[in-house]
Amino acid sequence: MIPPQFDYERPTSLDAALDAVAPPDAVPLAGGHDLIPMLKARSVSPGTVVDLGGLDELRGVERVADEGDTTTEQLSVGALTTDADLLDAAPTGADALLDATRAVGDAQIRNRGTVGGNLAAAHPASDIPAATLAADATLHLVGPDGDREVSAEGFATGDHETVRASDELLTRISVPLAPDAGSAYARKTHPSTGYAAVGVAARLRVVDGVVIGPRVAAVGLCDAPTRLAAVEDRLAGADAGAPVEAVESATTRAGDGVDAPVREDHIVSADQRRALLPKYAEQAVSEALARAVGREGVVA
Amino acid sequence: MSEHEVTVTVDGSAERATVEARRLLVHALREEWGYTQPNVGCESGKCGACTVEMDGDVVKSCCVLAVQADGSEVTTVGGVDGAPEGLAEVDAGDPRATPAGDNDEFGPVQRSFHEEHGLQCGYCTPGMVLRARDLLADIPDPSREEIREGLKGNVCRCTGYENVVDAVEAAAAKLEPIETDGGTAGQADTVDGGAPTGGDD
Ligand SMILES: Cc1cc2nc3c(=O)[nH]c(=O)nc-3n(C[C@H](O)[C@H](O)[C@H](O)COP(=O)(O)OP(=O)(O)OC[C@H]3O[C@@H](n4cnc5c(N)ncnc54)[C@H](O)[C@@H]3O)c2cc1C
Ligand code: FES
Ligand code: FES
Repeated sequence: MIPPQFDYERPTSLDAALDAVAPPDAVPLAGGHDLIPMLKARSVSPGTVVDLGGLDELRGVERVADEGDTTTEQLSVGALTTDADLLDAAPTGADALLDATRAVGDAQIRNRGTVGGNLAAAHPASDIPAATLAADATLHLVGPDGDREVSAEGFATGDHETVRASDELLTRISVPLAPDAGSAYARKTHPSTGYAAVGVAARLRVVDGVVIGPRVAAVGLCDAPTRLAAVEDRLAGADAGAPVEAVESATTRAGDGVDAPVREDHIVSADQRRALLPKYAEQAVSEALARAVGREGVVA
Repeated sequence: MSEHEVTVTVDGSAERATVEARRLLVHALREEWGYTQPNVGCESGKCGACTVEMDGDVVKSCCVLAVQADGSEVTTVGGVDGAPEGLAEVDAGDPRATPAGDNDEFGPVQRSFHEEHGLQCGYCTPGMVLRARDLLADIPDPSREEIREGLKGNVCRCTGYENVVDAVEAAAAKLEPIETDGGTAGQADTVDGGAPTGGDD
């Protein structure tokens, strides 16, 4: 499997990179673990591949205090941060993101694959988008007309489709870090692709013994990451002191209200994906709840 | 189409070539420079036969462009001897330890694969050995489950994995940390499936 011919550029500044991706047939290259297999399969054939590997400014993980509200922070993850570097940084308060990143591929893939590439590729069964959607993360894009921010919810629109214009680059992802939030990601691995057959991320807070602001998101289920509104609705206000009952009643009909078509292939049918959903929703939510209860009282 | 001059240090030697942008690192290693230990199995990033170390990290060289590797240091299994990073060989106490003189170009991980019969055709072995070394550098005393999970990106068509896991365990028994540095990535216990279980799917 040999890729088609293309030109290659390796800019060393963000401005030069923006110039290089301006032509409509240019594509950015990060870790290459989505793009290079697609080139080999000849499902894409760009004129120029623009390697972002020289943009050190887009690498790294840091905590940034929220403007105005000093009790909360954001985790800022540079788009080119590899999965392995995020796991090494092991920031506290971003458990679902770390769970999802750990689930990606294998050690060799995590050494090359980047957090931004995982999101920008918008593979329907990628893990990291579930965590960013549950966390209500913000994606920062820069293009010829300047910067813009897109919520994780508004970013991916379908199978390998996002709102990113081809001349825009993803620079970083900010993930809110409430000190009393708990989050987790659980998945059923697809037996053939190794990606998620179904993956669920959950994030919630526990205040005065009650679940507040739950956000639950699934990948692998539909072409774009999907919030599980039925789970969120039943979980909001639930009694964290009776976690088993709360989680079970919230997750048994986890797929209710999912309107988008459920994916299927010759190995995992749509019905199977729907049937798997409650189990993985239950795992993610109960772990998130346990983690939130563990952190309750951390806040002054 | 563009062509690029690349220089890559492979197993300590500076190798140069002019490559098309689309040239994959594994092909440059094998065909331009004659390093045939990294094998080509699936060509799609799944099997790990093409695993090499690039600037200290194990990677699948079928998913890296040769031009991306310009200026880096690549190590194939042919370039490793001795213990993995941060570990030293315990010389006494292991009744199966092979006298170093027998196979002195092999490090303890390679010798363990040999002694435990952790290979049959050997096609996966270069990748298995490199990833096993990397895993042991991270988790010096892994459980069998951690070994299976850790070798998830390395597929073997022959052994059924049992002897591979034995080999990594035996290698761990031969090694001890030089200094403790704490940070291991740990396990994803909420993620089901995906690790090799020895079935022939
Ligand atoms: C065998 C195999 C198994 C895998 N298993 C999993 C899995 O289980 N779970 C999972 O989530 N993923 C999995 N992946 C995918 C992989 O880990 C990454 O998600 C994928 O590599 C994308 O990240 P990347 O950095 O490699 O991006 P690339 O492949 O370099 O880029 C992906 C896409 O995003 C664009 N892009 C990249 N970075 C930017 C940027 N900063 N700005 C704008 N556009 C950008 C590129 O143009 C391209 O279209 C697997 C991959 C392989 C090969
Ligand atoms: S040949 Fe590279 S992973 Fe299979
Ligand atoms: S020994 Fe033959 S593939 Fe592993």
